[in-house]
Amino acid sequence: MTQIHVSTTINGDAVEFLCEAQETLLDVLRDRLGLTGAKEGCGTGDCGACSVTLDKRLVCSCLVLGAEVEGREITTIEGMADGEILHPLQQKFLEHAALQCGICTPGILVAAKALLEKNPDPTETETRYWLAGNLCRCTGYDKIIRAVMDAAEQMRGA
Amino acid sequence: MRYEAPRTLESAVALLAGEPGSAQILAGGTDLLVRLKSDIGEPDLVIDIKRIEAMKAITAEDGGWRIGATVSGAELGEHDGVGAAWPGVVEAAELIGSTQIQGRATMVGNLCNASPAADSVPALIAAEAVARVTGPDGTRDVAVGEIATGPGQTSLAKGEIVASILLPARPARSGDAYLRFIPRTEMDIAVVGVGVSLTLDASGICTAARVGLGAVAATVLLVEAAAAALIGTAIDEAALERLAAACSAACKPIDDKRGTIEFRTKVAGVLARRAAAIALARALSGHSTARKAEK
Amino acid sequence: MARDDKPEAEGRVFKIVGTRPIRPDGIDKVTGRARFGADMSAPGMLVGLVLRSPHAHARIRGIGTARAEALTGVKAVITRADFALDSGDIDDDDLRDILHNVMAHDKALYDGHAVAAVAAVSAPVARRALALIEVDYEVLPHVIDVDEAMKPDAPVLHQGRSDETVPAGMSANVMHRFEFGHGDVEAGFAEADVVIERSFRTAATHQGYIEPHACLASMGPDGQADLWCCTQGHYMVRNTCAGLLGLDASQLKVTASEIGGGFGGKTTVFLEPVALALARKSGRPVKMVMSRDEVLRASGPTSSTSIDVKIGMKRDGAITAGWAELRYQGGAFPGSPVQFGAMSCFAAYDLKNVQAIGWDVVANRPKQAAYRAPGAPMGAYAVESVVDELCEKLGLDRLEVRLKNASRDGTKAAYGPRFGRIGLTATLEAAKAHPHYTAPLGPNQGRGVACGFWFNFGGDTCVTLNVNADGTVGLSEGNPDIGGSRAAMTMMAAEELGIPYERVRTTIADTSALGQNEVTDGSRVTFAVGLATIKAARAAITVMCARAAKIWGIDEDAVVWEDGHAKPAGPNAGQFPPMSLAEIAALYANTGGPIAGHHEVTAEGAGVSFATHLVDAEVDPETGAVTILRYTVFQDAGKAVHPAYVEGQFQGGAVQGIGWALNEEYIYGADGRLQNPGFLDYRIPVASDLPMIDTVIIEVANPGHPYGVRGVGETSIVPPLAAVANAVSAAAGVRLTQLPMSPPKVLAAIDAARG
Repeated sequence: MTQIHVSTTINGDAVEFLCEAQETLLDVLRDRLGLTGAKEGCGTGDCGACSVTLDKRLVCSCLVLGAEVEGREITTIEGMADGEILHPLQQKFLEHAALQCGICTPGILVAAKALLEKNPDPTETETRYWLAGNLCRCTGYDKIIRAVMDAAEQMRGA
Repeated sequence: MRYEAPRTLESAVALLAGEPGSAQILAGGTDLLVRLKSDIGEPDLVIDIKRIEAMKAITAEDGGWRIGATVSGAELGEHDGVGAAWPGVVEAAELIGSTQIQGRATMVGNLCNASPAADSVPALIAAEAVARVTGPDGTRDVAVGEIATGPGQTSLAKGEIVASILLPARPARSGDAYLRFIPRTEMDIAVVGVGVSLTLDASGICTAARVGLGAVAATVLLVEAAAAALIGTAIDEAALERLAAACSAACKPIDDKRGTIEFRTKVAGVLARRAAAIALARALSGHSTARKAEK
Repeated sequence: MARDDKPEAEGRVFKIVGTRPIRPDGIDKVTGRARFGADMSAPGMLVGLVLRSPHAHARIRGIGTARAEALTGVKAVITRADFALDSGDIDDDDLRDILHNVMAHDKALYDGHAVAAVAAVSAPVARRALALIEVDYEVLPHVIDVDEAMKPDAPVLHQGRSDETVPAGMSANVMHRFEFGHGDVEAGFAEADVVIERSFRTAATHQGYIEPHACLASMGPDGQADLWCCTQGHYMVRNTCAGLLGLDASQLKVTASEIGGGFGGKTTVFLEPVALALARKSGRPVKMVMSRDEVLRASGPTSSTSIDVKIGMKRDGAITAGWAELRYQGGAFPGSPVQFGAMSCFAAYDLKNVQAIGWDVVANRPKQAAYRAPGAPMGAYAVESVVDELCEKLGLDRLEVRLKNASRDGTKAAYGPRFGRIGLTATLEAAKAHPHYTAPLGPNQGRGVACGFWFNFGGDTCVTLNVNADGTVGLSEGNPDIGGSRAAMTMMAAEELGIPYERVRTTIADTSALGQNEVTDGSRVTFAVGLATIKAARAAITVMCARAAKIWGIDEDAVVWEDGHAKPAGPNAGQFPPMSLAEIAALYANTGGPIAGHHEVTAEGAGVSFATHLVDAEVDPETGAVTILRYTVFQDAGKAVHPAYVEGQFQGGAVQGIGWALNEEYIYGADGRLQNPGFLDYRIPVASDLPMIDTVIIEVANPGHPYGVRGVGETSIVPPLAAVANAVSAAAGVRLTQLPMSPPKVLAAIDAARG
């Protein structure tokens, strides 16, 4: 099978890869590029654990073909911290104990960052609906919502 | 499986028409990629239409709005013009899946996937929206209700692509609304979906109405008896009750993992009444402000 | 443990325990660096996939693998014949069932049952190979429902597995009968002013961890093998896989990855022995990852149940007798958690007359796996629903009635023993005093109350604590960190040693590094591993005191450890400035060599935990939709080591229970196939379904733990099924007796009640 050559930008870096037509962006990130921060919880867009942004839009990378990202800009959880400085959301997730097992955490952080870029002052209800596509089975969401709201407040003050 | 990303509609049609095996259009991919992983398996060719500039646009046309085939739910939701004219259609499109799905899923894809439970379709049918279909033999306009012919089945001929949907101009004192029932608050397929569009005269009497009903039959239904229950009335309690009864009577649902026949039949009426009340409020008050306030 | 034992922790002032430091594995988990089951790879790795039965029940007449083996890129195809041990060689019934579950023997027993597996150079090749395996099935009649499976003419899964507790004439699907209780229930019912008897049903639910099962196996021709996997217990994986593959335990080293949720569902093996068998046959490392479809079809859900409960009450609220009969199907093999259901369902009540009977039944569904307080939520749901209905009928306050009948220190539990120190009444009093209990309700709203109980567990535990020359400490333990346990262990080690939290690093050691560790189950880790950590720290302290004694030239007994320092015990011992841990550690080479402490124990004295939950719900009377408006958890934690993670356990358990109560269920078609094997239609709660989950931590110290810790992870899922059912019943104006209370069921109940 002929592989497809793709040039793209991931977390600000120019990246080239080869993939097969049916490979998803999630497959490419995890299996070809070693970016295993995005997780596969369902493969059908129902859990949000593979969330990344594609040209600044929040998407499930399991529902994007690798071949589609030619010339696009992708950000993943690996691009969220600035060197050793954590993003305020990452810091607040730690402070609020907003993760238990941590498998949903990368996807939720990517999704929450997209929320705060669009809406710096979300209500609790807006936050809950925005994150409804990110399943968490451990926390009951309470501390996640608190962490996002707290990070939003801090970022507004910054 | 091969992947192609043509730059023009014509080349997309040529690829689709010329493929001897199975071919699928890729727009948002939120249904197609799920199917690729299922037992149904991979087609021989996937044609990604997102590189076609003309398909990305939302354009004003004859007082209405033309929505390109690759406009995502998120893009549609951010467009003030469409939201002001057709708040019910926009809220229906925005109910398709999560924030992540909204970043990709398109209204045309929702239509062409031909699910009887597609959220945007009852609202589009209520809006009397028209799909523009381009194929090897040229371009034709088709009522959106004629695209799906059964679950997963469409009337599109080989090589045909739905390139856009036209939402027509709105008369004054018009409003539309879409409501669906799902077991959770998000992330579910509609168990019942109802789209209502109506127009009032200056005295508040309903002069035109259309009601689309989803997930209660093999295709989304246009319920004319439901519209008749509203037309000529001030949409009072009695009219709403007749609307509900007409919607329940039109249901030909199945029992499945998402709901029972009894449940769907009853809730279709309940939601129709509630959706009509919202559409009425919008017609009376001016929809763009109404929609913002509800959000 | 006698109930008048004074807990060692009583009156102790903690410096670190009870604070909320950032977990040591936190940065890895917020940056995507943490490596979970599917995140590991190896050079030359193959992809392994499993072929699964499309039939609920079928005899396997033959499996043809030749075409698959001939496909380019396929390196191994295995079936049951490839496991070293024939099932006849395994005399342990449980182990044989596990083998038959991970790879079908003569019959496929449920939709999704593994029948063969392949290892190939890529996933597409492996998928093509699966399609080339030819299985000759003889489809057999199947049975899904527990009550149907108990009927004498039901299709039978296994002949001759029923044990002597099962009366003659019952279906061969009935495996075991349990009975617990004391007193005379008939006499008790005769004393009652009101007796209510109701039947309940609960659907099977899945643990729903977001991380699918995954592993990476390699094995050489010498039998030395390495396995990386996501599991709640890698020692269990080591022992089980060694047993199934005929390996020496010492030859199989298992390393636990970070684990993306388990809730009991990762306390057994599924892919691991298959991956090892493929690695052995192919001579290459093999990685296997389940799809979500496979997780739901073939890994452990919990039981579906059918339960009858009868309770008698006096007008003043005194319960005179309680009786329950519980029927749990545990999937295709014996071992449903009905025993725990029968033991625990009346645990919250001090009853003179009580009897609970449990039936363990098999059906054509996946083998059940433990799910958070296995078996208890369903029994509590049935009992707490009937108690609620009695309160309603007699016009009594629901918390007062529970307080009046509550189990207390010394109560003889319905399942036999006498309780030691317990915190049930403390949770009830806290609920009564909480503003939630008296807050006003609107139309179509109702409030539910329920209590819950879990036994908690200790078990085999090994911890080693090494004092480094620079005064830092490395702690090795053998239980995967499923929800912040590294933080808790680090805190307890630092507390005991008297050094800062940051000076301790806790590592989850592989199976070659420590002795046997029980899986992360029974809410045992903070209790048992914590206990072993404290004891290991004390062992290291003993060594450090001896070193100080040596330096000072005084008796070892004359040195005490206080605030991280060795000090002379008193003026008579001599005048020496205290030596810190770092100072002692720095001199290790001249005082006797490396300093370490370790502790190996089968921990006992876990200390049971009780909770009371309050919930407000609103029902849409036209659609049956339920909204959870407010939720408060009151639970006894003994001592909350890291209160934020204790709250997290309370919240997570409550929300899993809400999902179970409202929307989660295994839905089967007439063909016996699972209809909802995905997160779209297996509906776990999403963020927008829920309010904040308020928590009140009660601390009634457990005498069995040096700091008073009780396990908290499981009790929190026991009350919500009943609490939500009671709230919904109050809001809907009709008693609901089936879970989940999905909208069609609620609407049908409302409509039926209105005639």
